[in-house]
Amino acid sequence: MESSGGTPSCELTDKAKKYDRQLRLWGDHGQVALESGHVCLINASASGTETLKSLVLPGLGSVTIIDDTKVTPQDVGNNFFVESESVGSARGEVTLRLLLELNPEVRGTFVEQPLTEILDNQPDFFTPFSCVVATCLPECTLLTLSKVLWEAKIPLVVVRTYGMIGYLRVQMEEHTVVESHPDNEMPDLRLDRPFPALQKYIDSLDLDSMDHREHSHVPYVVILYKVLQRWIQEHGAAPASYKERKAFAEMVREGMREKESGRGDTIEENFEEGIKAVNTALLPTTIPSVVQSILNEASSITPSPTTKPFWIMARALHEFITSEGRGALPVRGTIPDMTADSEKYIKVQNLYREQAAQDADWVLRRVQEHSQQLGPRKVISSLESSVKTFCKNAHALRVIKGKSIAEEYKGSINLSEIGSHLENPDSELVWYVMLRAVDQFQSEFRAYPGYFQDQVETDIVRLKVCVNKLLADWGCGPIIKDDFIHEMCRYGAAEVHSVAAYMGGCAAHEVIKVVTGQYVPVNHTHIYSAITATSATFSL
Amino acid sequence: MLPWGERWGEVRKLLERPGPFTHPDFEPSPDTLKMLQENMKVLVIGAGGLGCELLKDLALMGFTKLHVIDMDTIDLSNLNRQFLFRKKDIGESKAKVAAEFVNHRVKGCHVTYYYNKIQDFGEDFYRSFHLVVCGLDSIVARRWINGMLLSLLCYEDGMLEQNSVIPLVDGGTEGFKGNARVVLPGLTACIECTLDLFPPQVNFPLCTIAHTPRLPEHCIEYVRILLWPKENPFSSETAIDGDDPQHINWIFEKAQKRAAEYGISGVTYRLTQGVVKRIIPAVASTNAVIAAACATEAFKLATSACTPMNNYFVFNDTDGIYTYTYEQEKKEDCVACSQVPQELEMKLSDKLQDVITTLAESLQYQMKKPGLTAMIAGKTKSLYLHSPASIEEKLRPNLKKTIEELGLQDGMELAVADVTSPNTVLFRIKIKT
Repeated sequence: MESSGGTPSCELTDKAKKYDRQLRLWGDHGQVALESGHVCLINASASGTETLKSLVLPGLGSVTIIDDTKVTPQDVGNNFFVESESVGSARGEVTLRLLLELNPEVRGTFVEQPLTEILDNQPDFFTPFSCVVATCLPECTLLTLSKVLWEAKIPLVVVRTYGMIGYLRVQMEEHTVVESHPDNEMPDLRLDRPFPALQKYIDSLDLDSMDHREHSHVPYVVILYKVLQRWIQEHGAAPASYKERKAFAEMVREGMREKESGRGDTIEENFEEGIKAVNTALLPTTIPSVVQSILNEASSITPSPTTKPFWIMARALHEFITSEGRGALPVRGTIPDMTADSEKYIKVQNLYREQAAQDADWVLRRVQEHSQQLGPRKVISSLESSVKTFCKNAHALRVIKGKSIAEEYKGSINLSEIGSHLENPDSELVWYVMLRAVDQFQSEFRAYPGYFQDQVETDIVRLKVCVNKLLADWGCGPIIKDDFIHEMCRYGAAEVHSVAAYMGGCAAHEVIKVVTGQYVPVNHTHIYSAITATSATFSL
Repeated sequence: MLPWGERWGEVRKLLERPGPFTHPDFEPSPDTLKMLQENMKVLVIGAGGLGCELLKDLALMGFTKLHVIDMDTIDLSNLNRQFLFRKKDIGESKAKVAAEFVNHRVKGCHVTYYYNKIQDFGEDFYRSFHLVVCGLDSIVARRWINGMLLSLLCYEDGMLEQNSVIPLVDGGTEGFKGNARVVLPGLTACIECTLDLFPPQVNFPLCTIAHTPRLPEHCIEYVRILLWPKENPFSSETAIDGDDPQHINWIFEKAQKRAAEYGISGVTYRLTQGVVKRIIPAVASTNAVIAAACATEAFKLATSACTPMNNYFVFNDTDGIYTYTYEQEKKEDCVACSQVPQELEMKLSDKLQDVITTLAESLQYQMKKPGLTAMIAGKTKSLYLHSPASIEEKLRPNLKKTIEELGLQDGMELAVADVTSPNTVLFRIKIKT
């Protein structure tokens, strides 16, 4: 092939092209994590295959389906990954074959053994999985599974479609997130506590002696810093109240020069940007409370060879803050775009970057010291880049402490909170209670209410008893309206495809978060009502 | 052959049983499923990320008469989410492959495909559908179909005839975010009523690109906008093809060079392609969710088995799963769906170009290439048209003329045509003093 001028061509591989649209979200390292993931699906129902579909497509490493049923006509009606010819065949086998067609890079197996047998006889069956997805399980089996996976520290995602209602439950003992990708980030400019290099550079600039072009091309961080110095001289402290910030913005505006040219832009854009940024840029540098509590926990941990790298890094981060960092997180090292000439903007940008690298380096040395104390076996893979990423995201670290389903079902739910939610007619929590009630109904009567056409009316009465008993157990009165009971009996446990597709998409997404360690998973119960197209998340 | 009843057992529970949350018009009956299968004709616009999902979802909700339009062909980068396509299908029509796949998999479903632009069809075509579901990434196309459905409305003595209303269900995604909405044209907020929801396209100022680059994107845009037409690396008439790796590679290398001159880091091949093609990130899961929300609404609208949502749904699964559903209000003076005459303010000293800029840049109009025709002394007079080229050339001098020089006066009618709508918008000129 011809090559122009010897520069190496950077054309992408086929794989990079295929995954391009998602690599822009979770990056190559997220993809590597996904490709090393192994997910087990219990029951290839519509909700189950829809979940797997959105995992196979982006290239999850491998899948295992546990399903001991045969394909039924109902499956043909609501499950895209069976064919009409497959009625009577093993559902796990059929769905696996049709799912794997979506992506030749994904490997898969199916198991036709009943789950209860696996749970009874093969206690280590689930050890290889990075996550287990369960659908269509009766309550008692779900509780057993929940206990097994909780003890084995394997994340469990339960997904369920019941008529127009969807249920998603994520069970994890602990989940740590470095790259949470927050939507709206405040810039980390350190105007209240500039590092020496930044201060020195800004002090070296004299706005008054600049010509017009230069003056209108100074990055606003410089302008705000200089005005802040004057403000502090006059007022003793940085502007804190809304009124003060408004006066501060006025002071910035006073420094603006009229442009020479008569027509068109008479304002200096860099000053305009600075005025707009006053509210966010002047916020004092703080440690978010969520991060602070992670640091507190990290400082109380005694590192051992089994301690996760996250906690070792968090501990080193804590040490940085209490010494080198003088109470602040490492400098993030990225700044917003600012109207400026190339030279000044890049100079400023590099100052932040260099400080960030320096801070991260300090943290890295501490992490290395800790790791060495834990013995030669404890090596964190690609340590340097891990610590760099950790420091860059220090302001957005997240830890989720979960609760097991078994624990939740024991009744240690905050009753007063449930009660108050239930009295709100729009609360999706009503559907949570209804799902718990139909499960009790099922354990008692061996079928879900309204499952048989000729029993809908009698089931309404029976379900009402189940609901009120459940509420009484939680110390609540019979506060659920009959409408919800009627509606549940109308559904008769129907798994309607579009609702299953919605829930499958959500469940797959949560699995991706769990497996990649990026973005923040649901904690811990998510209820969707397709009736009103509304949803809510509860930590019960 | 399967027993029909058993196969659709799940959907039938919703259709044949009464419930407290159904639409007031709902009658539980086996006839509803029959109606869904035999009469209900649904048009799906787009056979991409959302379209593939929509076809599957609608087919498995019992719809059998589906039609799908898409002008695109299948690309390798579609395969991470457009699950009806395989590697062997690359280069084929999306609509065709999607339709054939669903027809094969879901017995009894009949998807008709059109490898076309939506603009290839007229009122008679669109009038034949009961429901339109959109899974598009183009705002212009959305606005166009919205305008089309509005033009199908019939008014009798100023009253809207209900049977001329074809509901529009529209979905959109970007990365981990998405939205779904139900539009009852003429009755509820239409796409144009809420134009300000679409963020205006970010364009870097030309002077930044040319003289003061700070970001890797500035360097890429420099090569794309300024260097390419100057250097014409692949013969003089070749326009940039974002799918041609040689083109992207050329831009990438030149952008890298420019970035190095200014000490800017971060120009990568991926970023280059992203900027040149204005790529929107996309992932299977979020697409599946939004399409499913749309399909559920289509099912509700078709069967009344449940009240449709009211009327705008926002979804974000970055931090947990967040949704927000609320009512977008119909804009009283909407350019597209209100019966209120539109006024366009201008000064006598404004140039025609200023008026065109207003139509393009105002959040309310966001037009792309408006063409202007005025009624002067009972005669129509073209002021500016983008095509054909010969007319454009003839009218171009008008752009620099003032409103006064063009003979426009207060109260005159100005007809504006644009790619964002199949219909011409009539404005009444209001002269500001």
